[in-house]
Amino acid sequence: MKKNFSMKSANNAIKIFFEEYSKTSSFYILAAIVLGFLFGAVLIILTTDAVYAGFRNSFWEGIQVSFRTMGKTLESIFVGAFGEPKRIISAFQNGDPQTIRIAINPFFESLTVSTPYIITALALTLAFRSGFLNIGAEGQVFMGGIAAVWVGFSTHSLPSIIHVPLTTFSGMLAGALWGAFPGWLKAKTGAHEVITGIMMNYIAVLFVDYMASGPLRDPAVFTPQTPPISEHAQFFRFFEPPIRFHIGFFIAIAMVPIVNFFLFKTIWGFELRQAGLNPQGAKNAGMNTTKLTIMSLALSGALAGLAGANEIQGISYFMNSLNFTSGYGRNAISLALIGGLQPVGAMIAALFFGFFTSASKFMSLRAGVPHHIIPVMQATIMFFIATPALIRTIFRVKKASSEETLITKVSI
Amino acid sequence: MSEIVLELRGITKSFGNFKANDNINITLHKGEILALLGENGAGKTTLMNVLYGLYKPDQGEIYINGQKVNIQSPLDAINAGIGMVHQHFMLIPVFTVTENVMLGNEQVKYLDVLDRADTATRIRKLSDAYKLQINPDALVGDLSVGLQQRIEIIKLLYRDADILIMDEPSAVLTPKEVGELFLTVRSLVEEGKSIIFITHKLREVMEISNRICVIRAGKVVGEALTKDADVNRLAALMVGRPVDMNLTKSPLRAGKKVLEVENVSILGRQQKAEVNRVSFDVREGEIFGIAGVQGNGQTELVRALVGLIHPIEGRIKLLGEDITKASPRRITELGTAHIPEDRQADGLVLQSEVSDNLILNRYYLPPFAKKHLIQTNAINQNAAKLVESYDIRPRNPHVPVAKLSGGNQQKVIIARELSRPIKLVIAAQPTRGLDVGSIEYTQKRLLQLRDEGCAVLLVSTELDEIMQLSDRVGVMYRGSVIAIHNTSEIVKEDVGLLMAGVDLTNPQKVLTSQQLVDKSV
Repeated sequence: MKKNFSMKSANNAIKIFFEEYSKTSSFYILAAIVLGFLFGAVLIILTTDAVYAGFRNSFWEGIQVSFRTMGKTLESIFVGAFGEPKRIISAFQNGDPQTIRIAINPFFESLTVSTPYIITALALTLAFRSGFLNIGAEGQVFMGGIAAVWVGFSTHSLPSIIHVPLTTFSGMLAGALWGAFPGWLKAKTGAHEVITGIMMNYIAVLFVDYMASGPLRDPAVFTPQTPPISEHAQFFRFFEPPIRFHIGFFIAIAMVPIVNFFLFKTIWGFELRQAGLNPQGAKNAGMNTTKLTIMSLALSGALAGLAGANEIQGISYFMNSLNFTSGYGRNAISLALIGGLQPVGAMIAALFFGFFTSASKFMSLRAGVPHHIIPVMQATIMFFIATPALIRTIFRVKKASSEETLITKVSI
Repeated sequence: MSEIVLELRGITKSFGNFKANDNINITLHKGEILALLGENGAGKTTLMNVLYGLYKPDQGEIYINGQKVNIQSPLDAINAGIGMVHQHFMLIPVFTVTENVMLGNEQVKYLDVLDRADTATRIRKLSDAYKLQINPDALVGDLSVGLQQRIEIIKLLYRDADILIMDEPSAVLTPKEVGELFLTVRSLVEEGKSIIFITHKLREVMEISNRICVIRAGKVVGEALTKDADVNRLAALMVGRPVDMNLTKSPLRAGKKVLEVENVSILGRQQKAEVNRVSFDVREGEIFGIAGVQGNGQTELVRALVGLIHPIEGRIKLLGEDITKASPRRITELGTAHIPEDRQADGLVLQSEVSDNLILNRYYLPPFAKKHLIQTNAINQNAAKLVESYDIRPRNPHVPVAKLSGGNQQKVIIARELSRPIKLVIAAQPTRGLDVGSIEYTQKRLLQLRDEGCAVLLVSTELDEIMQLSDRVGVMYRGSVIAIHNTSEIVKEDVGLLMAGVDLTNPQKVLTSQQLVDKSV
């Protein structure tokens, strides 16, 4: 009984948070990004040995080195995300295709890295709009991946035109089923989707691990991994190596208007949004909330499954649970929030995040700055974005309960 | 007039730009019952919270017995002799009366052993002095709501409060209990206590108070001695415009049966029968009222009628079709309008725009949807039309419903439910929490529907409302409909007795469970 109550109040707090979060303006988001950068800069200065060396010589030199380090870091983030302008120009002047490809690779690599984030951020946006926190997206990505691998390698005789979509759809289907189950549990038993979602994540990761090292293991390879998928199941790549940019990016971008249209132009989207805001009211208005709960989490899961299939068909071609530690599902929670629970916003947030992630690899090489700074900066930005709403939530929850205790105190 | 025990001078309290209290001056004399009359949101509760130390006023001073006091917390208020009876009681049901009263102010003997006997003796004395008839050893959970309220009063007397604030004390009581409460209030005053009685019910004000203070929009807009006051003028002061309190009802022209309820029983949350073999019917052109104290099964009955829960036995027929197991949508499509009891939880999606709320049960039908696509233009046109014709304020249909006042939120529901062809209206507590103006509007609309040939089922805990509006009245008590009468053939007092479960043929006895089943109509 008591548990039930705290569950309910936790639920309420989440509700209040979203309500407060919806008041966050885009100005705050921009301000949070700037603040995140500044915080990152301070952190970089604090963790760079050269800065300390400079300060040992003289204060002025210390300051100079600090700024130089920061400048170098920002430059390397830019270069890592977009490529080095000088190099690109000279490569084009040179005309050697291989040189050009290497020069422009950072930009396309950033797009490639962003792709799964875009899809999972959309998945979370759809779930949030329906009133659910689909924390199980991570597991759905894994299930989508393993299903895509299985369909991808089990036949080599299908033509691409059939095999590619078949593989993608099977990934989506697996994700949808994996998402529908917590939805079904929620609708039938009231089990909270966050709890069941977290448990399903463990099951998914361990299941994939088992499949890759057991039934679906490639006996030809020493490490536990599945065989690669058929060439006919792979996504089309636009360039020769080293550029990995593939058609999955455009699939992800196409999903943005599709999700937007679904949410705001169809009656199903209307139902999901209203039921998301007030399930009881929606039920009273004649909507089938059981169906809606399962549908929203299944659709969200389908998108997450698409992200998994995208990674298999576009990048890795096989499943190795050690290399497939995605984090796409987890990061997507904050990306959807940064995007203001709007599909376009989710896309922008995911691109921003993807470019950053992609740049972090270069940063440690070029600027000698540990690449862990990037996740810290990302986390800081999230933190700054969520904080105003969080603070308002805490105060609202506190205010409500303090009013209660006041009254109790009084009448006792 | 006797001495002044409490004086509020120039109390101002703002929340942001909103002035909840604007330079309010109020005096309370010893042995006086002052009624604080005002609509919801007029600022009555804010004022009392200021007095009780829950809010700090921006400006203004409080004087008790001529001395300026600084009330920072409820504890200061209690020490200054101010006590408050809240609308929702703060009692622990598994404790005895004594334990509840001493809680927080425990008397101890040696070694911190609770001195229950001493407290009980004091409670008995207080109970006798004020004719409260409270047994200190009874378990609170076993007592009726009316008795529980008396324990709240005893708690204040036990702490030597001289000024008692009662916040809507009659809201939770049966008519009989209200009468007893008034007796208690009078005996308190006889013993020299002073009382501030907060309410929005004009009838109670006229009956109990000595003096009336009307508050509107945070200001005192009128003060009068009760003997000089006029109900219509008070209502106009409260609302800020003349109000027609008299409902004119045209003669009944009842047609064929629209809703038929036969032997319906419903299980509640704890697998307990909340509704017990209830039967009645509602015909075209009549208002069938269901009277009863809150929590006697009305909520469950309505939920079953609109398809949100299903009965375990019995049958419900709407226009001849069996809807016992039908879905809410099917019932809506058959022409049922539902004005739910909890309008914010059941009737609206608060964060959604007014325009979306106005189509909440029709979004999937043309012209609002074509081939599963939402037609924004049609939705906006519909919203603009309804906002205008139902006088929903503000006129902007694109604000979230949460931003509207309670009365306007109710209008959104009424506009949505009634702006389509309907055969049956199920209105549950349709005027609860509304201001006088909105009550007038809602009641007239129900009468108008009745005259248009609609069947209306009115579920209300407000006995006056039931008596004024309905053509027939059924009384619900502990899940059973214990009596059905033509409203013209029964007096209000008898309906009140029935609501308390009193057997009219033998008024000394309250109906037992077995009799309830036998008496089910």
